[in-house]
Amino acid sequence: MAAALDAEAERAAHPRGVPLKRPFNFSRWFRATGWRHVVGIVMVVFAMFPIVFVISSSLNPKGTLTGSNALFSAIGLESYVRILTDPQVPYPQWFANTLIIASVTAVATVFLGALAAYSFSRMRFTGRRFGLITIVVVQMFPQLLAVVAIFLLMSTISDWFPAIGLNTHIGLIMVYLGGALGVNTFLMYGFFNTIPASIDEAARIDGAGHARIFFTIILRLAAPILAVVALLSFIFTVNEFVVASVLLIDTEKQTLAVGLTKLVSNPRYADWSAFSAGAVMAALPVVALFLWLQRYIVGGLTAGAVK
Amino acid sequence: MSTTIDDEVASGTPEKPTKRQRQAAGIADAASGGVKMLLIKLLALGLVDAISLYALFILVSAGEWLIAAIVAVVTIAVNWIYFSRRRLPSKYLTPGVIFLVVFQVFVLVYTGYIAFTNYGTGHNGSKEQAVSSLMASSLQRVEDSPTYPVTVVDQLGTLGLLVTDPDGDAFVGTNESPLTEVDAEFDGDKAVAVDGWTTLQFADVLARTDEITELAVPFSDDPNDGALRTPDGSSAYQYISTLEYDEAAGTITDVDTGTVYSDIGTGAFTAPDGEELLPGWQITVGFDNFVRAVTDPRLAQPLVYVTLWTFAFAIISVASTFFLGLFLAIVFNDMRMRGRKYYRVVMILPYAIPSFLSALIWAGMMNESFGFINQVIFGGASIPWLTDPWMAKVSVLIVNLWLGFPYMFLICMGALQSIPDDIQEAATVDGARPWAVFRLIKLPLLLVTVAPLLIASFAFNFNNFNVIYMLTDGGPRDSDAPIPVGFTDILITMVYKVAFTGQARDYGLASAYSIIIFIVVAVISIIAFRRTKSLEELN
Repeated sequence: MAAALDAEAERAAHPRGVPLKRPFNFSRWFRATGWRHVVGIVMVVFAMFPIVFVISSSLNPKGTLTGSNALFSAIGLESYVRILTDPQVPYPQWFANTLIIASVTAVATVFLGALAAYSFSRMRFTGRRFGLITIVVVQMFPQLLAVVAIFLLMSTISDWFPAIGLNTHIGLIMVYLGGALGVNTFLMYGFFNTIPASIDEAARIDGAGHARIFFTIILRLAAPILAVVALLSFIFTVNEFVVASVLLIDTEKQTLAVGLTKLVSNPRYADWSAFSAGAVMAALPVVALFLWLQRYIVGGLTAGAVK
Repeated sequence: MSTTIDDEVASGTPEKPTKRQRQAAGIADAASGGVKMLLIKLLALGLVDAISLYALFILVSAGEWLIAAIVAVVTIAVNWIYFSRRRLPSKYLTPGVIFLVVFQVFVLVYTGYIAFTNYGTGHNGSKEQAVSSLMASSLQRVEDSPTYPVTVVDQLGTLGLLVTDPDGDAFVGTNESPLTEVDAEFDGDKAVAVDGWTTLQFADVLARTDEITELAVPFSDDPNDGALRTPDGSSAYQYISTLEYDEAAGTITDVDTGTVYSDIGTGAFTAPDGEELLPGWQITVGFDNFVRAVTDPRLAQPLVYVTLWTFAFAIISVASTFFLGLFLAIVFNDMRMRGRKYYRVVMILPYAIPSFLSALIWAGMMNESFGFINQVIFGGASIPWLTDPWMAKVSVLIVNLWLGFPYMFLICMGALQSIPDDIQEAATVDGARPWAVFRLIKLPLLLVTVAPLLIASFAFNFNNFNVIYMLTDGGPRDSDAPIPVGFTDILITMVYKVAFTGQARDYGLASAYSIIIFIVVAVISIIAFRRTKSLEELN
């Protein structure tokens, strides 16, 4: 801001207007934008050094933490092979579990949330306002606070229906769907409200029923918000540790968050670079999705979602 | 279709359509839906009903009448909703609401109930289960008792013993069901097979040795009669418990020492000197868990510092990420700067990486003896990043700053760009200095936008389990506390540890801590709602 004033003063000092190309003046450049680059570079180093470190140690064929400290001293893919083929560590299985659980949860969350948001946005019924407020209030208490009760509920369910109880992916997904009507519903509700109701009316005059309007018109027009909600739900599920670690008992059933955490917290596990390779591979899909949809996400975030 | 769309009529409900209008809407709806939709609907409902019937069958045979009734009522309600011509909103709300009620509302209420029980290790069943497991755990072989030839049999995964008693009669029993007489096939004078059970072959017996040696088949309904156990899967011996259960008096007597343990209402058989026989059983204990949490000095002290640290952690995290994010947003909010896009992409990377991975990587870098930070950045220093109580707190805050500043940077960037430029120009014309423009005009405008997000961020960090657990595991451990708690634990990690780690799981105490978190979160939410009035926009 001060710099802008300086530029004004500069311009005033040249009564016959500004020359086409002013000679480069370091101190002026530094005062205007150079110092911003200095801050930027400092922040880039701060933001990047753990990432550079983990990439470097994943490329290190030797395993230990100490051996990973000399950045990029050795390059090889042995660590990736080790983590993928270690008989003790079912990494590919964890990866598949995580993708399945997170994808199914994301799709089902979007579907359940969109159904509810449609009725809140397009219909007027008794208890509508109460329903909206309830959803906000209940979401104030995240599920992980009730983790003890969830565990006991699921172990009771296990006694009668082992297929959907403890140690099953379906059971875990069902627990996650308890949060389907929540912040996500609100994001979609706000977006549905911006779709003009006249579109619905036109479709109704043409003879479309409520279900057809929802599935063929609303869902297509709301595709961006559906993508954001699906992604936020996907990332949340990939990151979820507490409920997953309590419900999934067998090592082969676990997700990446649970498996990798338990792997590294074992003091006898010294293969740091294999873990790093696993971490890089686990982070890649999420980061790629994030950068790909980043514009939508920023919009969604400022509408009130928190990672 | 009984609803008409009124987007701007906030005040009143729409007029009720007449009967004819309803009929007309219904006909139009049916005409537009087509047979395919109807088929899909019927298929889905049929599936739901089939699953419900199966569930009802299982529940009724298990004698769970209350839950069976609930399942039946819900199933009938679902059918009624989807077959009726009205109830349109319900058709869209029901699926999500069912999950919400079971896995969000019910578990919160259930947490409240558990907080008032002694549920946990040694107290997780009924009194009958406690008695039978006490008797079973104190079995000793009766000297000079006869040897019973046995065959190990299996029924749908449950192992049982097919026993031939000295009189030549055959009996079958499992861990749960006492010996009952059966008609069996004999090979010589040993029963080897019986209808409804699969006889285990020698290879299976070897493969399931552990399960087989665990078997203790009760002789009768009276636990004092003892049980049969087999060390090898071919012959069994009689074991009698060293405890004697007197059902009439409700006491258990240790035969060897003569000590009488009685039920004095604490959920376990207790000797006169206060010694308890575990396992006990589950009882409601009223406010005991809460009283214990705040009056037992060994528990109260951790609760106080964990609560204080939870608040400090959440507040400092929000403040530090917000100020760094805001500072960066101001720095990069200058059109003349080149390459802003690249800086932005690099700086949101920490936010894009799943946080459990970031925290694990930081934990490796902060390792005291081998970590990158001590070895490379500080040239071989041995700074106790994660092992000193105060340094660990600082480390957690540094890592959370790294994880959280990109988010604040993004929202501040958005908020700053939405402030119109002419405000800045007008203030400059009026002679305001840049700092004054920022402090008196831009910051208040920006705070209006981001205040709700800061509150949400506080609530999120209040329960930010991953950073704490993956980075320090709550450590360094407080060795004075009877529960596994450490100096960087926040309330939610303490709940997790008390409930699921260590030798003794204490679900009751953990749930009591959960209730304390509920109350804190509720109070903060109420204050926040009062301030932001965000609920008033819901018409």
